[in-house]
Amino acid sequence: MKKLHAIVMALLLVLAMATTVLAEGAAPREARAPIAVGDLKVGVILIHDENSGYDLAHIDGIKSAMATLGLKDEQVIFKYNIPEDETCFDTAVDLAEQGCQIIISDSFGHQSHMMAAAAEYPDVFFVASTGDTAALENLPNVANMFPFTFQSRFVSGVVAGMKLKELMDAGKATDPYIGYVGAYPYAEVVSGYTAFFLGIRSIVPEAHMDVQYTNSWYDPIAEAEAANALMSKGCVIIGQHADSTGAPSAVQAAKDGGKEVYSVGYNIDMLSVAPTAALTSAQNNWGALYTPFLSKMISGEAMPTDFALGYADDAVMISKLGESCAAGSAEKVEEVIAALKDGSLQVFDTATFTVGGAPVTTYAWQDTDGDWVGDSGEAIVDGAFLESTFRSAPYFGLRIDGIKELN
Amino acid sequence: MNREPNAREPFVRVSKRGVAIPMWKAFGIRGIALVASLVICSILIYGIVKLNPLKVFAAMFEGAFGTNKRMWVMIRDMMMLLCISVGLAPAFKMRFWNIGAEGQILVGGIASAACMIYLGKTISTIPLMIIMLVFSTLAGGLWGLIPGLFKARWKTNETLFTLMMNYIAIQITAYFVAMWENPIGSNTVGVINSKTKVGWFPEVFGQAYGLNVILVLALAIGMFIYLRYSKQGYEIAVVGESENTARYAAINVGKVIVRTMFISGALCGIAGFLAVSGASHTISASTAGGRGFTAIIVAWLAKFNSFVMILISALIVFLDKGAIEIASRFNLNNHVSSMLTGIILFFILGSEFFINYQVHFRSGKHKEVQA
Repeated sequence: MKKLHAIVMALLLVLAMATTVLAEGAAPREARAPIAVGDLKVGVILIHDENSGYDLAHIDGIKSAMATLGLKDEQVIFKYNIPEDETCFDTAVDLAEQGCQIIISDSFGHQSHMMAAAAEYPDVFFVASTGDTAALENLPNVANMFPFTFQSRFVSGVVAGMKLKELMDAGKATDPYIGYVGAYPYAEVVSGYTAFFLGIRSIVPEAHMDVQYTNSWYDPIAEAEAANALMSKGCVIIGQHADSTGAPSAVQAAKDGGKEVYSVGYNIDMLSVAPTAALTSAQNNWGALYTPFLSKMISGEAMPTDFALGYADDAVMISKLGESCAAGSAEKVEEVIAALKDGSLQVFDTATFTVGGAPVTTYAWQDTDGDWVGDSGEAIVDGAFLESTFRSAPYFGLRIDGIKELN
Repeated sequence: MNREPNAREPFVRVSKRGVAIPMWKAFGIRGIALVASLVICSILIYGIVKLNPLKVFAAMFEGAFGTNKRMWVMIRDMMMLLCISVGLAPAFKMRFWNIGAEGQILVGGIASAACMIYLGKTISTIPLMIIMLVFSTLAGGLWGLIPGLFKARWKTNETLFTLMMNYIAIQITAYFVAMWENPIGSNTVGVINSKTKVGWFPEVFGQAYGLNVILVLALAIGMFIYLRYSKQGYEIAVVGESENTARYAAINVGKVIVRTMFISGALCGIAGFLAVSGASHTISASTAGGRGFTAIIVAWLAKFNSFVMILISALIVFLDKGAIEIASRFNLNNHVSSMLTGIILFFILGSEFFINYQVHFRSGKHKEVQA
């Protein structure tokens, strides 16, 4: 009986490690003095304000953490429209001077300025959300945070795949051709579009996809142009990893013009701009990350260097299915989410993709010498590429067969 | 000026002041304008967002001076703006509309960043700083020299030319950002030499931004002397007043234009050096951040007087820092703070009208309205 208990406990620990993982190589951290709930002061640095879907998701995340933990309005200082330059450093220093014990930034480019501030204020904890260098900094007071966005992208891919199958079966589409509007050729984007594509291919195995980059996180005109270029090549579904409504709007316009085309968005529900073209959007629920993280500050337990959660903790989701979704999509989505939650489905199962015609068996996820090429750390464990597990920020940089980058 | 009421006289009449009004009176008018703008702001704050205006003004003040760190950040930004304004002053005094400061700052910044990246491993900070200063000065000077040469040689329109040079500089910056990006794919350069701090301004008197102050104040005083007491400064003034007069006085107009634009661009290039080495330790297309345009207002309002420029840069940076603080403290949208900043600037710019012109109302007695 005691033995069984021990086995169950060990299994639970392994499961916990698989979802919330401390970075390898980083020195283990020590517990700190607990902070009374009423004494916690949080600083939040945002690249835009609530008018941007991306920042709104972070603001909502912080507010839900405040509600859950019982933090008052005056305990959280929001700093809006902070660019990714020394203003970020100045703001972080200013928040530290105002007595914040933890400071969170929401944009990737804030990271190096946050780390510089962290070196000057060792008693304050700094979180660079979506950043990737915390484990390499050798600082005891920094962390990175990232939801398992690849999971929600996979699910949104399943929705797209269901639609694609319906179009093929009805003879409305002959070529299972997908287009994707990406921001930058960067691991986060590569990981995202690959997950989306694998979701589609789990329904339509012969699907293929082209990726067009805009080289900007937010550029409505460039995103619309990229979507139009992809549609004119014959793409029937347009996915995106860019922050504006440019692509869904362009797809809706083409659909209104008589084309059979659909859109899958990101961050925000696209039904308001593309009521009949939008199928769904992949979304992050930052509150599910911020709440446990801030509660660790209060309890005084050791802070993780990397913090990433997925469907199992409701940290990612997809938006409401649009009216154009294929019949049975909702049931299929339920089924896939359940499989992701219990771990029976791995997004990057190495049996489902090849690179250069061959399956992938090994991948070094960590770059320690600064040349941007992984040189250590094995990402593939038991036939699956474990994304955001050894580090919170995505590191899936493989270009798999079936996807072509156009620029 | 006793004037009898006249039936045909309009209700309000404006005339240019014959004699410049005394300094104390001019400052009185500006003071009244400032007070009036604060009153309007108060009404707006109370009317729209239902906050106590005094608390909002107090928050602005705290945003700029609240802590020692904040004050130094304010001083640093003020010095940056002052440096650009000092750079623009000779060009504007020459009636050469240099609106290309943005680009001149950026190329200076690129030169500094390049030195930090390529020489940071082999050369120590002090000699590296001198190299950076030289290269950023040359880069900015060259960027100013090009439109100057075209103006002197072919009479091209300098307003359009310098403006277009900004866009070229922005594209060049984007090119280098892509080349130096760190980490790759992020489209940012990140903090350069963040571990070694090579090429960063060293602390002076225990202050991280002490050197910024010394450098810029030296430039400002130098420019004051150059414009007021040197032969070249006099030539600039003459060319600005009338090119024909300058020619009559045997001044080589083309030479003065080219030389002055080199100096103007060079000082803006130094501002780029300050921005990269003395403040952000990174480079991006937003390194100039519109300050090249803001500085035009500073230079004009100060009538190119270095010491007045110090005051005006301080005011503008104060408004900026205050706006950020009230947006954060009262959870206001940034647009509300921008409105307040806009109102205050409008009144201060508007007060210049009452300094240069006199307003007469239709009445028996002559009356002067000050604001």
